[in-house]
Amino acid sequence: MDLLNLAVKTIFIENIVLAYFLGMCSFLALSKKVETATGLGMAVVFVLGITCPLNWAINEYLLKDGALVWTGDERLASLDLSFLSLILFIAIIASVVQFVEMALDKFYPPLYQALGIFLPLITVNCSILGGSLFMVERDYTLPQATVFGVSAGLGFFLAIVGMAAIRKKIRYSNIPSGLKGLGMTFIVTGLMSIGFLCFSGIQL
Amino acid sequence: MAKFKEAVLDPLSDNNPITVQVLGICSALAVTIKVETAVVMALALTSVLTCSNFIISLLRNVMPMKIRMIVEMTVIASLVILADNFLKAYMFDVSRQLSVFVGLIITNCIVMGRAEAFALQNPPRLSLIDGFGNGLGYSAVLIIVASLREVIGSGTWYDYRILWLSYEGNGLAILAPGAFIIIGLIIWIQRTIIHKVEED
Repeated sequence: MDLLNLAVKTIFIENIVLAYFLGMCSFLALSKKVETATGLGMAVVFVLGITCPLNWAINEYLLKDGALVWTGDERLASLDLSFLSLILFIAIIASVVQFVEMALDKFYPPLYQALGIFLPLITVNCSILGGSLFMVERDYTLPQATVFGVSAGLGFFLAIVGMAAIRKKIRYSNIPSGLKGLGMTFIVTGLMSIGFLCFSGIQL
Repeated sequence: MAKFKEAVLDPLSDNNPITVQVLGICSALAVTIKVETAVVMALALTSVLTCSNFIISLLRNVMPMKIRMIVEMTVIASLVILADNFLKAYMFDVSRQLSVFVGLIITNCIVMGRAEAFALQNPPRLSLIDGFGNGLGYSAVLIIVASLREVIGSGTWYDYRILWLSYEGNGLAILAPGAFIIIGLIIWIQRTIIHKVEED
């Protein structure tokens, strides 16, 4: 599939939050203010864009059935280590997050300040691990995996910033007391998701 | 004994992991199209949560606080790999339908959240019960949501047709928006009953 089509599809039609429900926890917890939502959204784009290609390489050259052929050793070539993928992916994600944090702190402090505490929190954001797992399940190539990672992050960014803006608006609305906060957020997310469903008619 | 009873009953309603603590929402929405997948997911999460709470509580005095996150992650990831492979071996069809969501139990906030909030401060047996109770609370919400979605969406419950035969099904309940709105309504009803009001 064309890379641009893949990007459009991942951002709008198969939005990672509104269609696959990934990253809901941070989506709900951090969408109270537009500023924090923007910070988290940027961090997610950044980390997904790095971990997806990295985990692709790990899967391709270490874990997949027959992935170790490049070592030239016959015993290694017949190994299938894919059962280790979960634990290795999460380790890669945790270390990339740590590394990105240190690198940003050293080379680009303004962005580091802007992302703040959201970087470390991202390790347990399910959209990151979910991105890697989807990428493996769908057999993407390296360029596809990179585009998929970045655009899944952009989809998250779009959804969380939109949600934060809506929540800011409805803060002064007269909502039944049991529905205040979480309940209303869910229903608004549902409506947003209906909006995004319109894109699914587009044929790419 | 009262403590044990409380640890099981509290998460069922007053301190429900999904509707009150707001943990583990992702999987609750994604696997609830059919009751069957929801039940399997609920069993998988409950067993992982019970075991991980027990093991982390056993380790709580020997592991250095600085690296506790990595230790917890390793324990949880190993248990999830076990669950994942178990499902692949014995229930292959369901594991296909659950796709990546079994793997995502690792980043399910309930598991991590209970480990941090409970297992690190409490003895192993009580933590085990707490894990089990929270698993039950999660399962209860999951099965209620899945029942509503399957009955409204396809007119069946656990693949048995319970609505009249000519019922065509409602696509909205099966698609993503239906899940969000049904959970929103459940939270509304539950919070009205237990009188919990959130100031936003």
